[in-house]
Amino acid sequence: MLIDQVLFYVLAVLILGSAVMTITRRNVVYSAVWLISTLVGVAGIFLLQGAEFLAGVQVIVYIGGIMVLFLFVIMLVPLEEEASQRRFSNQKWLALATGLAVLAMLAVIVVRGIGSLDHPGPAPPPGPASLTQNSEAVGRVLFTEYLLPFELASILLLVAIIGAIVMSKARRRQTES
Amino acid sequence: MMDLVFTANDFHVLKPAVVLCLFGCGILLSDAFLVRRTGKRWLNAVTALVGEAIVALVVLQHLSDVRAGGAFSGLSGSIVIDGFGVFFNIIFVLSGALAVILSVRYMEAEGEHRGEYYALVLFAQAGMSIMATGNDLVVLFVALETMALSFYVMVGFLRRSKRSNEAAMKYLILGAFSSGLLAYGFSILYGIAGSTSIEAIGTAVAERPDGDWVTTLALITTSVGLFFKISAVPFHMWAPDVYEGAPTPTAAYVSVASKAASFALMIRIFLSAYGSAAESWMPLLAGIALITMTVGNLAAVTQSNLKRLLAYSSVAHAGYILLGLVAANDAGLRGIAIYILAYVFMNYGAFALIAALRRDGEAAEEIDDLNGLAGRAPGYTILVAIFMLSLAGIPPMAGFYGKYYIFLGLLREGYYVLAVFAALYVAVAAYYYFRIIRACWLTGSGDKPAALDLGLGTRVALVGSGVLTVVIGVLPQRFLALAGESVLLALR
Repeated sequence: MLIDQVLFYVLAVLILGSAVMTITRRNVVYSAVWLISTLVGVAGIFLLQGAEFLAGVQVIVYIGGIMVLFLFVIMLVPLEEEASQRRFSNQKWLALATGLAVLAMLAVIVVRGIGSLDHPGPAPPPGPASLTQNSEAVGRVLFTEYLLPFELASILLLVAIIGAIVMSKARRRQTES
Repeated sequence: MMDLVFTANDFHVLKPAVVLCLFGCGILLSDAFLVRRTGKRWLNAVTALVGEAIVALVVLQHLSDVRAGGAFSGLSGSIVIDGFGVFFNIIFVLSGALAVILSVRYMEAEGEHRGEYYALVLFAQAGMSIMATGNDLVVLFVALETMALSFYVMVGFLRRSKRSNEAAMKYLILGAFSSGLLAYGFSILYGIAGSTSIEAIGTAVAERPDGDWVTTLALITTSVGLFFKISAVPFHMWAPDVYEGAPTPTAAYVSVASKAASFALMIRIFLSAYGSAAESWMPLLAGIALITMTVGNLAAVTQSNLKRLLAYSSVAHAGYILLGLVAANDAGLRGIAIYILAYVFMNYGAFALIAALRRDGEAAEEIDDLNGLAGRAPGYTILVAIFMLSLAGIPPMAGFYGKYYIFLGLLREGYYVLAVFAALYVAVAAYYYFRIIRACWLTGSGDKPAALDLGLGTRVALVGSGVLTVVIGVLPQRFLALAGESVLLALR
C-alpha cells in the first residue's frame, strides 16, 4: 500500500512537471517531448490502478501513434518563425492569479470533502487481474454496456477526418494561387 | 450479461441518429462519385432534406409512441425517449432543415459550396439528437463532442476568409477547454456514484450530506463547461467572434441548435442528476442568468455589425432561458420549451435576412446596409419587423410566450427581483431591435445600397419562419400543449 502511494506521488510530480514544461518551452519539439513524458506518467497511473490494458493502449496509441504524428507535423512547419514569437500575452500575470485562485478553491474543496468520500467507489473486477482478463473485461463492456458511445466515437472520428481534409485542402489551394 | 444484444427496440430508440449518420455518409459518397461530376451541388442539399424528412417521420413516430405508452428506453437505459427528448428532436429537425435550405445560396455565393458541409450539418444533428435523449454520462459527452467538432469545422468552412479561420480557431480552443472542464465534472460525478447512469447519479447525489463539498465541486465544473456551450456570461467571449466569422447559416445553426442541445443536456443533468442539490445550484444559476442578461443586452446596444448584435442578443436570450431553469417549475420549464421553439423561427429568420444582403458580391452585415430597404423591398421589411418584434418579446409574436411563461414561473416561486430585472431588460432589448427595424426606413448615406440575393429556398424558409412566428404568437394553444408534454420534472 505504501509503495503504491509513493509511486502515485512520484508519477503525479512527473505528470504535472512535464505538463508545465510542455506549455512553457519555446521550441515546439521540446514541448512535444515533454508531452510524451506526461503521457508516460499517465500510463504509469493506469498501471497503478490495475488497468494494464489501458496503460498499454496509452503507450501504443498516444505515445507510439499520436505523438509521432505530432512530431511529423512539427517538422513540416517552419519552426524559427514560431520560436521567435512570444509565447504568452500580457495577460500572463492575470492568468497566473486566476490559476492560483482556482487551485486554492480546489484545495479547499478537496481538503474539506475528502472525508465524506468514504465509500470504496466502483468495485474492482473479481479475481486476479491478469493481462488477458483485463483486456477481456474492457472488450466486454466496450461492446455491451458502452456500445453506443463506442459507435458514436467512430462518427466523431469521421467528422474529425472530414474536418482535416476540408482544412488541408484550403492550404493547398492557397499555396497554388 | 450474455443476453445483452442489440435489439429491435434499441434500434427503434436510436433511429433518428442512425438515419442522420447514414444520410451524412450518403452525401459524402454521392458528392464524391455523382454530384461532383454534374456540378449541381444543390443536389446534396436535396439529399440532406430527404434525410431530415425521414428523421421527422421517425420523431413523430416516437412522439405518438410516447403519447400512447409513456417514455421508453433502450440500450440498457442509456437512451431515453420521453416527451422532453422528442420535443428537442423536433427542434433539431427544424433547425437542421433550415440550415440546409439557407446554406445553398450562401455557400454558392461564397464559392465554398461542397458536399461535406451538408454531411457535417447532419452529423452535428446526430450528436444533438443523442444529447437530448441520452441518459448516460459517457454517451452524453461523446454526443456533445460530435456536435461540437462538426461545428468547429463548419465555422471555419470559408477557407479563404481570415475571419472564418480565426473564428474556428477560437471556437475550437475555447470549446476544447470547456469540454475538459465538463469531463472533469463528469469524472467526479462518476466518482460519487460509481456509475455513469444519470439516474444512479441522481440517487447517489441525493444520499450525500447537505452542503457536500464534493457535489459542489462536480456542480461547479459541469456548470462552467455547460455555460461555455450556451454562451452564458462570463463564458460568452467566443460568441460574437464566432458568429461574425462563421458562414451566416452556420452562425444561425450554432446559435439555435447547439444552444438548444446544450440546454437539453443541462436541464437533464441539473434536474435528474443534481435534482436533490437544487438549493446549491439555484443561486449559482440565478446569478449567472442575471449577469448574462445584463451583459448581453447592454453590449448589444453598442453593436453596429448585425451578426455581432445578434450574437449578443443570443447571449441575452440564454440568460432568459436559464431563468426558466432557475424557476424549475411547470411554468418555467414549459417556458423554456416554447422559448426555444419560437427562437428557432425568429433567429433563423433574422440570420436568413442577413445572409441575403450583399454589396458588390461581398456579404453585407452592417446595420446601415439595411438602409432604404423599406422602399425597395417591402416584403423583406415586414419580415424584419416580425422577427425583431418577436426577438424583443412583444405580443402577438411567438417570442412573447416564452418570456411570459418564464416570468410566470419565476413569480410562482417568489423570485420577484429576478422577474423585475428580466422585465426591465426587455425594454433595453426593444431599443436595439427597433433600431434594426428603423434602419430599413432610413435612406442610405450615398453609397450604393446593398442588394438582396434571395433564392427560392431562402424565400420559402423566410416566409415559413415568418408565418410560424406569427402563428405561434396568435394561436399558441397547440404549441403550448406540445411544450407542456416536454416538461421534465425534477427527481425531488
